[in-house]
Formats: sequence, structure tokens, C-alpha cells
Amino acid sequence: MSNTYIRISIRFVLLILVQVLILSNVHFLGYLNPYVYLLFILTLPFETPKWVLLTTAFALGLSVDLFSNSLGIHAAASVFAAYFRPGVISLITSRKEYEPGVEPSIADLGFQWFITYTFIITFLHHFCLFLIEAFRFTGFFGTLGHSFVNALFTVLIIILAQYLFYRKKK
Amino acid sequence: MFFLFIILEVFSILFVVKYNGYQKSVAFGQFDELSGSFHRTYNNFWEYFSLRKINHDLAEENARYRKMLPSAFLITDSLVHYKNDTLYRQHYQYMSAQVISNSTNTAANYIQLDKGRLQGLNKDMAVISPKGIVGTVVNVSNNFAWVMSILNKESRISVRIKKNAQIGTLAWEGGSYLYASLKDIPTHVSVIKGDTVFTSGYSHVFPKGEMVGTISEVSIKPGEHFYTIQLRLAVDFNSLGHVYVVKNLLREEQMKLQESNKNE
Repeated sequence: MSNTYIRISIRFVLLILVQVLILSNVHFLGYLNPYVYLLFILTLPFETPKWVLLTTAFALGLSVDLFSNSLGIHAAASVFAAYFRPGVISLITSRKEYEPGVEPSIADLGFQWFITYTFIITFLHHFCLFLIEAFRFTGFFGTLGHSFVNALFTVLIIILAQYLFYRKKK
Repeated sequence: MFFLFIILEVFSILFVVKYNGYQKSVAFGQFDELSGSFHRTYNNFWEYFSLRKINHDLAEENARYRKMLPSAFLITDSLVHYKNDTLYRQHYQYMSAQVISNSTNTAANYIQLDKGRLQGLNKDMAVISPKGIVGTVVNVSNNFAWVMSILNKESRISVRIKKNAQIGTLAWEGGSYLYASLKDIPTHVSVIKGDTVFTSGYSHVFPKGEMVGTISEVSIKPGEHFYTIQLRLAVDFNSLGHVYVVKNLLREEQMKLQESNKNE
């Protein structure tokens, strides 16, 4: 059990470093930016209590904020995404039981399930993020479109990361 | 659980409003120094890879200045000898600084510099690069400074079209970091694609005649009295390295005069 905690903590630190040092400097086509730190929220084990989910998401977002001079923006978006995670999971899953300790991943739940799950959460996160960043409702559809395209980009990177770093446990 | 969600969101939004206020742009206080030295280390590392390009830019700049040296001209008038004398009082002072963090992809972009109050930087100083204008200093700590980039929805800078001397306002409406828009140019004057745009010097911040960019698209929206003009910026914001901070030595006097004028 403590093994799981250590692994999750390392992932937390690693994802923040990768995000602020590398990915935040990627400006694909000028304004697309992958926010792969979301992978941390996505892959927390299924039985994680809701309050843990929300507070870790808050801490994660705040850490990213501190290094990108945007205090609060990523925190708000992360908490928003984390709040909807349980709802999204039960919405797209038919059977309810998982073995304890299982984390959402392609290896355990299949490609189609994972991509649907990732895209919905990522889109919610991005939409919240860009809306707060713009801080006004003018250009609402521009924000919506930007969220959609950027979400596609982030999902692509997350899927690649899954294939690179996660192995099916035997 | 809903309560926790609401509480965390309220906290986040409070942070956003308090620390990201477009106008206020409050610096991070204590954290500024930490994040500053963190970015500086990171930047020092990556700078080695762009040395070739920086050298090239500097050489180009040197060449441009050499052209302006008195020795590059035939002296036909003795006036040129008075250059540092009563005829030419120094108006702007230039200090070199290094960009240690920069963004181009948000609605409100800021740049962080490795010099601060102790090195003589202050609020409302202009920041320019060898290729053109970059932004305005909005906040300083002891060793670092935050600069509001012209790629910021709140940024407004007075500029002039070189060819017809018209004064307009430079603004940025998001999107690509390569382009900005030029406002307040009335439709009765002629504006041509490719015209050069300079700073006007009206703001008491930027010196007159600093390069801003070239006009890349001109159109008139039906019913408008002003052109919709797109400007190709001279500076590539994604590769900013060395910049100059410009101090207007007469600013205080200019502001004072303006204030007393208002009070009357």
C-alpha cells in the first residue's frame, strides 16, 4: 500500500517538472499547449475518496500555477476536472466493480474506454482553464473551439505517454 | 463533497483575481525570488544553445551603430562636435537585461527579467530588444522585474506610421504572437501594406522612433471610421533573450507638468 503512495507522489513531482520545464514551452502552431499534468488526476486509483481527489487536484494545479505566473487558474481548472471525474467514470462504465488499487489506464480498461474518459475530463479542464484565462464571456465560441482543439492535442500526448510509460502488470 | 469543491474553487478564483488582475499584475512577493532563481538556472542552461543566433543579432546591431558613429560620416559641419554638450542633453538611459521567463500563449503575457530595483529598474520603464519594442515594466522586486509584454490584452502603446506620420494605438487581441493590431487610424488617410510603424514617444515611456513592426493587412469594416489594421511585429517573442530597459530621465518632469495641467 505504501508502495502505491510513493509511486503516486513521484508521479506528482515528475509531471509538474515535465509540465513547467518542457511542455509549457511548447507552442504548437503558435497557441496549442499540451497540459499533460492532467494525467495525474486521470490515473489516481478508482477508490480514491472524493475529498482526496479534490485536494490533490488543487495542490497539483497550484504547483503548476506557481511556476507559470498564473496563480489560481490551473488550480481552478484542475479542481473542476477532478470534481467531475467520478461522474464521468460512472457515466461511461457499465460494470461497477474494480479490483482495489486499479488505476485507470489503457492496459486495464481498453483503448476506447480510456480515450473517451480522457477526452471528456481534458475538455472540461481546458474549457474551465481558457474561460478563466479570458475572464470574460465575449468570444465564448472562440474559447470553446480553442478548448476543443487544445484538448485533442493534450489527449494525443497523454495517449502517447500511456503507451510509453505504462505496462500491463502480470 | 460539493462544499469542498465550492470552497476550493472560490479559493482559486480569489487567487486569480488577486494575483492575475490584468491591470494590477501584483508580483509574487517572496515567491518571486525563488521562481526567479529557478528560471534563471534553467535559462542559463538553455542559453548556450542559442549563442550563435545571439552573436549574430549582436553583430548586426553593432554594424547598425557603427554606421551612426561620427567617424562614419564626413564632417561637413562643426555642429557634430557638440554632441555631448549643451545641445544634446541625455534623455534616455539604456540598461541591458536578460529574459528569464516568457510566455506568448496566454491572454495576458508577462516577461520576467534578471534585474530589479537594486540594479536601477523601476515601474513604467520601457523594454526594447535589438529588433523592436517588447513591453513595459509593471513590477519590480529587489533582483527581478515583471514586464507586461505588448502581447497582453491590456497593453496600449502610442505608435506612428512612418510614411504619413499618423498616430495610432498598438493593441493585441490574442491569437498569434506574430501579429498585433493597430487602432485609431482614420479611414481618410491612405495606409499601405508594408508601411513601417514606429513608437511615437507620446507616452513618456518609449523613446520616439523605436521599431514596432510592419503593416501586413488593411481593411475597413462597414460603418467604421477607423481602419482595421494587422501588424506583423518586428520582434520574435518566442526567442527573446537579451533586452534593453530604457529609463526616461525626464519622465518625472514630464509627468509633473501633465499633472499640474490637469489640476488647473
